[in-house]
Amino acid sequence: MTATEEADFSSKAYLNMQLLRFTTAGSVDDGKSTLIGRLLYDSKSLFEDQLDAVKRASVQKGSEHLNLALFTDGLRAEREQGITIDVAYRYFATPNRKFIIADTPGHIQYTRNMVTGASTANAAIVLIDARNGVIEQTYRHAFLAYLLGIPHIVVCINKMDLLDYRQDVFEKIKADFNAFVAKVLPGEDLRFIPISALKGDNVVKPSQKMEWYKGRTLLETLETIPIDQDHDMVRQRFPVQYVIRPESEKFHDYRGYAGRIAGGIFHPGDEVTVLPAGIKTKIQRIDTFNGPLDEAFPPMSVTLLLNDDIDISRGDMIAGTGALPEAASDFECMICWMNPKPMQLNGKYALKHNTRDVRCLIDTICYVLNINTLEQIPGRTSLAMNEIARIHLRTTKPLFFDPYTTNRQTGSLIFIDEATNETVAAGMIL
Amino acid sequence: MKDYNLTHLRELESEAIYILREVAAQFERPALLFSGGKDSIVLVHLSRKAFYPASIPFPLVHIDTGHNFKEAITFRDEMVKQFNARLIVGSVQESIDTGRVVEEKGINASRNVLQTVTLLDTIEKNKFDAAIGGGRRDEEKARAKERFFSHRDEFGQWDPKNQRPELWNIFNGKKRMGEHFRVFPISNWTEMDVWQYILQENIELPSLYFTHEREVFFRDGVWLAAAPFMEMKPGEKAEKLRVRCRTVGDISCTGLVLSTADNLGDIIQEIAATRVTERGGRYDDKRSDAAMEDRKKEGYF
Repeated sequence: MTATEEADFSSKAYLNMQLLRFTTAGSVDDGKSTLIGRLLYDSKSLFEDQLDAVKRASVQKGSEHLNLALFTDGLRAEREQGITIDVAYRYFATPNRKFIIADTPGHIQYTRNMVTGASTANAAIVLIDARNGVIEQTYRHAFLAYLLGIPHIVVCINKMDLLDYRQDVFEKIKADFNAFVAKVLPGEDLRFIPISALKGDNVVKPSQKMEWYKGRTLLETLETIPIDQDHDMVRQRFPVQYVIRPESEKFHDYRGYAGRIAGGIFHPGDEVTVLPAGIKTKIQRIDTFNGPLDEAFPPMSVTLLLNDDIDISRGDMIAGTGALPEAASDFECMICWMNPKPMQLNGKYALKHNTRDVRCLIDTICYVLNINTLEQIPGRTSLAMNEIARIHLRTTKPLFFDPYTTNRQTGSLIFIDEATNETVAAGMIL
Repeated sequence: MKDYNLTHLRELESEAIYILREVAAQFERPALLFSGGKDSIVLVHLSRKAFYPASIPFPLVHIDTGHNFKEAITFRDEMVKQFNARLIVGSVQESIDTGRVVEEKGINASRNVLQTVTLLDTIEKNKFDAAIGGGRRDEEKARAKERFFSHRDEFGQWDPKNQRPELWNIFNGKKRMGEHFRVFPISNWTEMDVWQYILQENIELPSLYFTHEREVFFRDGVWLAAAPFMEMKPGEKAEKLRVRCRTVGDISCTGLVLSTADNLGDIIQEIAATRVTERGGRYDDKRSDAAMEDRKKEGYF
């Protein structure tokens, strides 16, 4: 956090900041580690002992310069091999916002990690090496951001210093990228920034070398991206997580349904339907430790009390009667396979969707997607790690869901191997 | 138009409450690891919020090294009484007495590492299937890779290279008999978030966190508290200074900072201005570059 003389970090402004979660995809070659290092360093989020540790390790490994990748690579194996294996989370703040970075490796064999990092992000940074222009990997990164429903993509065209900060280089890459996007990523909010992560141009400070660029720096962009439209504020969705029944005299008849609001704005008095029972009732009270609320919206964790005494348990859904979710026990979704053991057609898996646990059978692989070319490959009977496919499945009990493009919470699910208990795939309902 | 954004503190709070409720729903015998430090105090506060008006549906577990600041123990006992919580203590001294572990010798001896055995024994004895901890990803580079729901095999070990992917807010707590989970509801909080939250929620803390006079000595860039079991090297001498704890753990490894901060506002300003991480004062992390990762693999907090 930037510590300035005047800033009062206990003041209302500092206690009431917004939180932006973003993901970065790219490889060391694109300067991803350098870019993250630059953001953290220039926003004064790197501490002396962290820098000292990296300096020591750099010298020990014979690096000539401060190797910022050592800062982001946390595991012994990663430092030994000089690669990022896993998603790492980084934190920094400016006087305007708090940020959580999901830092993911960009190579195709780490698609599953990019998908993981992207699942909770509001924005994605896609890095392009200005010398190489738009390449296969760029499409892959942009497409994954789109597939995971990230509404904002910030395209950083890096290493501008190596091309004399030329505007035509920037414009050409921007045009190439737009040509791709117009075809396959409808509705994405795109921003382009020419940067040099190494020299610091347009990352935190505006570049002196690119006066032709009138837009915001990367940090300003991250500070101003709107995040309030990232939830579905219309369709009321409340997956019941836990039933609160205090065993005390004072709250003898209390029966509250605890959960996190996944969509819409709830008020006391609202007409709701409890699924799967299909029973209509009204919200009596929205309860919290700090007292009842007049309204509750995503992603708040609250407790709902209802007018009628209905048998409700974990896995049920309380939804606005005016716009109910889909209810089905067979549907299609896009999945990313994440396990070394391949997915088999007609395989059975455990499935987690919101707070509901069911079992499923994958009965059709519609096609496997080549994520570099977006070519659809039909006729496959298995799916290997890091592959993305459109499938059809059947579940043992109906699920209550929305298409992933409408609601990222009620439209997402994970697959679990029942023999190993490992999470083997991520699914986005179509 | 009305603003439907949560503040960062409210969003982090909501996320943590969600995780705590998932633990209560997915596990049969969860427990909250309580150290007496600010992070675990915040966890207790969040647990009260998550299950209100019911009481916290899991016990607090304290792994007691026997080398505690007495203020932390007093605070712990008062808090347990006030919130009507259940406390289970795992004693490192008992592990030493029964020969489960051997006390380290020498100048840098610490019971920090020994705690792992006591912790795993306590988990096994009480058949806990989930242990909630106050670990944060910003604390240390190995922790940056930690999951919210972190799987441990039957030996309590963490396999960082083979972790389950964790997506959206769907948490997979499935496991086999004898395995357990470590759960970190405040993974996404930074040190500053914790302090700002303590201020916002007006959470009570042990007096150790505020400035006080104490006998301390200086070793390898860290101020340590003088205590009967703290052996000093030749040349090291105890002096009375105004200090406070930035983290609270075992006396043998908790570094103190010179400070006159006597209220939360001052502490927050101090943290904003500081250029050293919180764990920079933790003597236990200084053993090697991968000290935390190695301890965590064995089953440390």
